[in-house]
Amino acid sequence: MTLEIFLQNVANGITLGSLYALLAIGYTMVYGILRLINFAHGEIFMISTYFAFYGIGIFTLPWQISFIMAIVLTALLGVVIERASYRPLRDAPRISALISAIGVSFLIANLGLVIFGGRPKTFYRPPLFQIPIQLGTIRVVALFFIIPILTLLLLVILNYIVYRTKIGLAMRAAQWDFDVAKLMGVDVDRAISVTFALGSALAAIGGIMWGLRFVEINPNMGLFPGLKCFIAAVFGGIGNIDGAVLGGFLLGFGEIMLVAFLPGLAGYRDAFAFVLLILTLLLRPTGLLGEKQRVRT
Amino acid sequence: MVSQRRLVAFLVFLTMVSLVGLAAAQEPTEVRIGVYEPMTGAMAAGGQMTWEGIELAHEQRPEVLGLPVRLILVDNRSDKVESATAVTRLVQKDKVHAIIGSYGSALSMSGGPVAQTAKVPVMGCSPTNPLVTVGNDYYFRACFIDPFQGRVMAQFAFEKLGAKTAAIIQDVAQDYSVGLANFFREAFIELTGDPKAIVGFTSYQTGDRDFTAQLTYVANAKPDVVFAPGYYADAAVLVTQARSLGLNMPFLGGDTLEAPEFIEIGGKDVEGVYFSTHYSADAPITPASEEFVALYKSKFDKAPNTFAALGYDCYMLVLDAIEKAGVVDPKAIRDAIAETKDFVGATGIITLDANGDATKSAVVLVVKDGQFKLVDVVHPL
Repeated sequence: MTLEIFLQNVANGITLGSLYALLAIGYTMVYGILRLINFAHGEIFMISTYFAFYGIGIFTLPWQISFIMAIVLTALLGVVIERASYRPLRDAPRISALISAIGVSFLIANLGLVIFGGRPKTFYRPPLFQIPIQLGTIRVVALFFIIPILTLLLLVILNYIVYRTKIGLAMRAAQWDFDVAKLMGVDVDRAISVTFALGSALAAIGGIMWGLRFVEINPNMGLFPGLKCFIAAVFGGIGNIDGAVLGGFLLGFGEIMLVAFLPGLAGYRDAFAFVLLILTLLLRPTGLLGEKQRVRT
Repeated sequence: MVSQRRLVAFLVFLTMVSLVGLAAAQEPTEVRIGVYEPMTGAMAAGGQMTWEGIELAHEQRPEVLGLPVRLILVDNRSDKVESATAVTRLVQKDKVHAIIGSYGSALSMSGGPVAQTAKVPVMGCSPTNPLVTVGNDYYFRACFIDPFQGRVMAQFAFEKLGAKTAAIIQDVAQDYSVGLANFFREAFIELTGDPKAIVGFTSYQTGDRDFTAQLTYVANAKPDVVFAPGYYADAAVLVTQARSLGLNMPFLGGDTLEAPEFIEIGGKDVEGVYFSTHYSADAPITPASEEFVALYKSKFDKAPNTFAALGYDCYMLVLDAIEKAGVVDPKAIRDAIAETKDFVGATGIITLDANGDATKSAVVLVVKDGQFKLVDVVHPL
């Protein structure tokens, strides 16, 4: 493999990894506070692409406004899902909330199938993102740069919210000890709503980037990216935001490099992700950046 | 005394009910044809187009042997497990007399054994993998098979495009794609006489969206053409990414590229993609072709496609077979289908061989100005 080919694959890996990272953050944030794997996260991601699609397609909004609307609506959807399906189960055994999450996931995916139809739709691609860029022998389009830069920017903003604002403090307090935080007068419900809003907004940004990059959207598209990004979150250390981003990057990178170095094994790419999950759970259950979990009842 | 009389009356009533039931079983009041197609999922476009053709044919000919025909559609969701379940449902719950389906060779291959066990004949519209009918005397199809299709595209690449080398990107999760990729490889090596003519061979899985690593590998191999026999959505995304990575050689595919989604998703990136398929409205073959085109246009107000034409043919062929059999019995219908000879369909003259396969011409289409345009017609050897 020549250096140019390797560098081209590095660019490929960074772009894919950034997309995974955007989704992995949502899993990790919710898990951090509620100790809940939000299996509906992949479907929230799917819905966001349809919000953007219909914003442009039916309401003929300019794409900038449509994308922002999609992000806001998806954030609201995340909050509504939490209110309707997780909050009533907060005092129930944790497995109940998990099953509720799986139910919500199926519900949204099948609603999508009924409302949007089973045939794929084509996502609008503003020419701005498609400007070809030639760097020596490496050829990419502008989107290759926009996605990773956006991901890192969002990571900085998120870190600021979590560590420098009052609501961030409430979120961390709830993560540390739910009941004590409540006793101290922290509005835990609000902290959780904000968590869901932020996680879903990031899923929406990931969804829009996904649509811009891969053009085709369909109601089942949430399933595999959802699983992959869950793996990325576990690999990076679930509950840790930086870990989710790192896990996403490494998973995307690993997938690309597997195909690059062993093109004959390209069909086993998904298996690679799952093997990574199994190895993480066996060798380092807390993930790369995860701390030892405190057991809560 | 009264209660005894009541009991007798009840028994008589029961006997009558069961007799009526038996009579109904012996003399059917309707002909039930099951259809299992992917109406949702990765292959939804193919299933829905096929269903359009079947419905159209049903409107044209809603009766056979003086009995109304009822179509029962089951969605197999582009999923191999669901596909077997769909056929089970058709034979057990709906007790169909014959089945039509399914787009997607892998879906047909998982439904096939169920129908064979239940002894209900299946007429496949477009599953082209040879293994669909091999070893299954209840499975038939109205289309050509992939050894021929692979050869058509290899020949086209070699003779018309002057390609000396090719790279292949197959969908490893689909029997159709794996089979076609191999038949293309064999034919291309034979034509060029160069065992190293295939300079790259790699895979992806249905639903994958990032193909950059595979395409970077292919770009490095510098082939004259790339053969990517995947389903329309995956293939459109693949070609889009290939263009953004600067791969400008011709891309080739198989009949599964024929879907409006391929052009919608691919946009101007898929211009110049060549693929083989079963039929083109630009090259009507039989009187039935013209009739079908006119009917389709008047109902759907758009140009017809291969899969609707094949769906139309399958329905008509099954009804012909039922008429020839003279009874509504799956076994008799199976025997009548097996004897199909010189059936004049919209997609050509259909004669089924011992395997239950048809031998037909293929057409090569190209995407030009956002439409599928006829390039070549290739007749079987």
